[in-house]
Amino acid sequence: MSILIGPETRLVVQGITGREGEFHARAMADYGTPIVAGVTPGKGGQSAIDGRVAVFDTVAEAVRETDANASCIFVPAAGAPDAVMEAASAGIKTIFCITEGIPALDMIAAVEVVRQHGGRLIGPNCPGATSPGSAKVGIIPGSIHRQGRVGVVSRSGTLTYEAVQAMSDAGLGQSTCIGIGGDPVIGTTFLDVLKLFAADDETEAIVLIGEIGGAAEEEAAAWAAEHLRGTPMAAFIAGRTAPEGKRMGHAGAIISGGRGTAASKVEALESAGIRVAGSPLELPALLREAGYTG
Amino acid sequence: MKIQEADAKSLLVAEGLPVPDWEVAYSDVEAAAAADRFLTAGAEQVVIKAQVLVGGRGKAGGVKLAATAEEARAVAASILGMDIKGMTVRKVLVGPAAAIVREYYLSAVLDRAARRILLMGSAEGGVEIEQVAAERPDAIVTVHADPTLGLLDFQARQLGFAMGLGGHLKAAVAITRGIVRTMRAYDADLVEINPLAIVTETAADGTTAERLVCLDAKITLDDSALPRHPELEALRDPDEEDPADREAREAGLTFIKLDGTIGCMVNGAGLAMTTMDLVKRAGGEPANFLDIGGGARADKVAHAMRIILADPKVNAILVNIFGGITRGDEVARGLIEARGQQDRSVPMVVRIVGTNADEAATLLAEAHFETATNLDEAAAKAVAASRAAGTAA
Repeated sequence: MSILIGPETRLVVQGITGREGEFHARAMADYGTPIVAGVTPGKGGQSAIDGRVAVFDTVAEAVRETDANASCIFVPAAGAPDAVMEAASAGIKTIFCITEGIPALDMIAAVEVVRQHGGRLIGPNCPGATSPGSAKVGIIPGSIHRQGRVGVVSRSGTLTYEAVQAMSDAGLGQSTCIGIGGDPVIGTTFLDVLKLFAADDETEAIVLIGEIGGAAEEEAAAWAAEHLRGTPMAAFIAGRTAPEGKRMGHAGAIISGGRGTAASKVEALESAGIRVAGSPLELPALLREAGYTG
Repeated sequence: MKIQEADAKSLLVAEGLPVPDWEVAYSDVEAAAAADRFLTAGAEQVVIKAQVLVGGRGKAGGVKLAATAEEARAVAASILGMDIKGMTVRKVLVGPAAAIVREYYLSAVLDRAARRILLMGSAEGGVEIEQVAAERPDAIVTVHADPTLGLLDFQARQLGFAMGLGGHLKAAVAITRGIVRTMRAYDADLVEINPLAIVTETAADGTTAERLVCLDAKITLDDSALPRHPELEALRDPDEEDPADREAREAGLTFIKLDGTIGCMVNGAGLAMTTMDLVKRAGGEPANFLDIGGGARADKVAHAMRIILADPKVNAILVNIFGGITRGDEVARGLIEARGQQDRSVPMVVRIVGTNADEAATLLAEAHFETATNLDEAAAKAVAASRAAGTAA
């Protein structure tokens, strides 16, 4: 199996008639992702990506007509938190928000509304996820993947592609690759994803790609030390050379008051028995050394 | 975005919080005039505070008292031009010196792990809260605002009582609710009042009364929310932003200047940090962080190159692009265009993979660029090029 998305996914794309939404919906459909609907308020009744997908005015209508169970949001920042809450209220259980630049305080309420509806939000400011061979949701290039049994979780976009490419080149396929997003307030954390991977019988090894800022890597490492001792793992942390007090591109990537340093994360991971690579290219070798034979 | 104390205080006043008067002075003469006004109005002394966006101003000698206008002029003259943690002081805040009875700490901050607004209060005010947290964690009381309803009255009361502000509860509740309101009104990540203080104020008839007031204010704004608060752009302090950082921001690039010799141009923040890390690991020093963003076009790439080359210390450039939304051939065209316009020649190592990488490779080969296939190799080549350039110079 895989986590979050797979053959059972029935995807609705919110913002499908926009430039980004249209472009990536096409790439997702070409990859084989089951896209059952698009939503753009005011464009209900039209179709998108050359007539392949029906467009609805509301997510509720899309769910009623197509049984959509997952959503991918390409709505601009000003409307994205509302789009997240609309999806949750319509009963969508797995919501990916790709949009970047959403004010952090807006996401506090959106995350809470999703939780109250029993859904799961991934992102915002995330590249999405791919379960190679069955579905890709978001903007990760499909070509870098290879089907297999390594779970990959990352806070980044292109850095994830780098690591996944290195693994595919080394013959290490993936069960699911997921980018959780670079913002300070996100719906799904490293820890949440580790728990999902731990419960997935087709994920046999895990790669975690973190970066400076916050303490989510430390939290994940502490849990892994207790619950994932038998699972081969390797990690990479970006930002060893980042100066204190500067936002390194991602809104969440900042060292402040001596907290959120790469050193702290590396130490937490290593004390949990997880080797941390000096370069993403070393991840496949570290996973092998950790005992992964797949 | 960090804003100056005086601007932070203006936002608090706009939200109805009690803040003693102040003026901003850009010269010793202006400071003396401001001091004269406060002293004439009845203040016994004035406080003069350096306006720079770093902590520890007091320890650095950037906060001083004066009892006369002449003394204020001399104190301001000594503070203006002072270097505090690499920042030059260009203005001072002047205000009546408060008769402090007791100092407290109060802040509202975005708690990313809890995904809530966190209120922190302490009866140990006036010192850095990190120090209190490390030495006496029990002295800090906290409460999370409700994620959908915000801070509720009973929560503000709880915090006030726990901080020992029972005697000034009404004011404490109003200020606590006020800083959360300020946070939401301007999309701040942090609103910190340190110290919040009980001060004794003397009225014209000689009677005295105690009042709870915000003596200092620190506010950090969420950059992602600035587009919906265009008026706050005016609070961006041009003195505190590197000109290259500003040019990059206006061009839609994320650029942070560092001290090294190897200029970096990358798409994606995580990969940009990684590229810097690998330069360092290969024995070099990165000159900057630069994320050209997703889907960057040729003109943006050329602009990024000009910003990197404007740093005279840069003697080699590493371009690392993993194309997803970004098309490799667009980046290659931008690099070729930029090199044509360059007024100084710097060795460049280019690595482009992903979307349209083959087209990019053809373009780069025709233009005789040095290329690399993987990230480690690219970093090693850039470090070697920088060393060779350093030796030649």
